[in-house]
Amino acid sequence: MQIPASFDYVRASSVDNALELLARYGPESRVVAGGHSLLPMMKLRLARPEWLIDINDLYELDFILRDGNKLRVGALTRHTTLLESDEVAALFPIVRDAERVIADPTVRNRGTIGGSLCQADPAEDLSTVCDVLDAEAVIRGPGGERAVAMSGFHRGPYETAVGQDELLCELRFPIRPRAGSAYEKVERRVGDWATGAAGAAVTLAADGTVEDATVGLTALGLDRTVAEAAAVLRGKRPAEDLFTEAGRLAAAACDPVPDQRGPVDYKRHLADELTRRVLRRACARAAQMAARMQEG
Amino acid sequence: MQISMTVNGSEFTSEIEPRVLLVHYIREVLGLTGTHWGCDTSNCGTCVVLMDGQPVKSCTVLAAMAAGHDIRTVEGLATGGTLDPVQQGFMEEHGLQCGFCTPGMMLTARALLDKNPHPDDAEIRQAISGQICRCTGYATIVRSVQWAAAHPAGTGWDGADTAVPDVAPETADTDAEVKA
Ligand SMILES: Cc1cc2nc3c(=O)[nH]c(=O)nc-3n(C[C@H](O)[C@H](O)[C@H](O)COP(=O)(O)OP(=O)(O)OC[C@H]3O[C@@H](n4cnc5c(N)ncnc54)[C@H](O)[C@@H]3O)c2cc1C
Ligand code: FES
Ligand code: FES
Repeated sequence: MQIPASFDYVRASSVDNALELLARYGPESRVVAGGHSLLPMMKLRLARPEWLIDINDLYELDFILRDGNKLRVGALTRHTTLLESDEVAALFPIVRDAERVIADPTVRNRGTIGGSLCQADPAEDLSTVCDVLDAEAVIRGPGGERAVAMSGFHRGPYETAVGQDELLCELRFPIRPRAGSAYEKVERRVGDWATGAAGAAVTLAADGTVEDATVGLTALGLDRTVAEAAAVLRGKRPAEDLFTEAGRLAAAACDPVPDQRGPVDYKRHLADELTRRVLRRACARAAQMAARMQEG
Repeated sequence: MQISMTVNGSEFTSEIEPRVLLVHYIREVLGLTGTHWGCDTSNCGTCVVLMDGQPVKSCTVLAAMAAGHDIRTVEGLATGGTLDPVQQGFMEEHGLQCGFCTPGMMLTARALLDKNPHPDDAEIRQAISGQICRCTGYATIVRSVQWAAAHPAGTGWDGADTAVPDVAPETADTDAEVKA
């Protein structure tokens, strides 16, 4: 029977209280949000915290809020809430693309964006989404609050900038005009982790050329965005031959490992093909948004 | 530690170890064995119960985390001697063979119909996509849920004919107290 090893459990009543509890119980304590990464790991004894600090009562961390030219998303926002939010889908269609294929609907009812990012599994889809959207993580700790860009948030597989005594509180997404984004994932079956996935975000200049583009890959052995692929598009009008070149560069930049989900050449092929598809879709969506802006 | 939660409308208070999973609490402490347990990896979905109306995998929620919440299990589907339309639908349309996945499937179906009374087949398939059935091949499950959608409770389908077995929670070998 697989049940976790013994631990003590405590429910935090506020962010401050959670920080106090983390400070009090020290390195052997862990917060639990949705629990859908941590509890499976505890069952396998891959994690053995002595104290579990439950943050599910911190409704103050469960929000989606537009604040000027930023969208603020609380760390305790569930996957299902993100999937169903029309506001998020209108601003960042990549989020709905990704959420549709993250785990399955029952897992999505519990799993949170904060848990996903802090887990930092190389196959975690929302890490790529936050990377390409250039999100900022707001982290609170004993020393106060700090904002960390995604490039500095990921420290490697299962490692982030969030310290043991800190809490990820929110993600802030910059809202840009004439922007579009997309995500596409190949999985063996519903609810599986990605064999490979790609995400892209594109902003167009007023003249229809690409002002900025970002491409990210999931589960393909690259924990940064694909700068080479993005550079191909900048300053040019979106076109098929540019997507092809970007795909080729993404495949060259990634470093997948062979496993039961597929061999290296197949995964490189995915990096190539999926990069083209997400760029094509992100550019089309950016053009649509630009057209809407002109009308309204 | 002591926890209290509402299960199928009754409040239970128990002394448990924090590491007890909700599925084991429901089955072993409350004696409600209709909720099944099928895997160690949060993949099969046979353990699905409703927590505050939402389907969740009870093998991946601690009983301690469910304290203070409202849980509904398969035993809570029938009301006043009448099967829930979803249960009736599974009977009418042969939605089960061995029955192992059935409790989870029915609870997900109930939650879906509460939110979306007339789902199309794709929406039903999507809703149950985190749950595995090794027997029926899903087509009959989808038909069962469609049957329930077409026969909502109180619309005169002859559910009252179907006797509901009286399943009182067995609280054997437990110190759970029923408060309500
Ligand atoms: C069957 C199954 C399939 C899945 N498939 C996918 C998939 O395809 N793609 C995908 O991306 N994910 C997938 N997941 C993971 C799922 O998205 C999880 O919900 C998510 O990874 C973790 O979120 P959580 O809220 O459950 O985190 P938890 O399990 O509660 O926590 C994960 C880690 O983050 C820490 N943590 C959580 N919140 C905070 C916070 N606010 N501040 C600091 N630390 C925090 C915890 O201490 C823990 O170390 C799957 C999970 C399951 C069970
Ligand atoms: S027992 Fe398999 S998902 Fe819960
Ligand atoms: S009826 Fe046997 S597993 Fe579904």
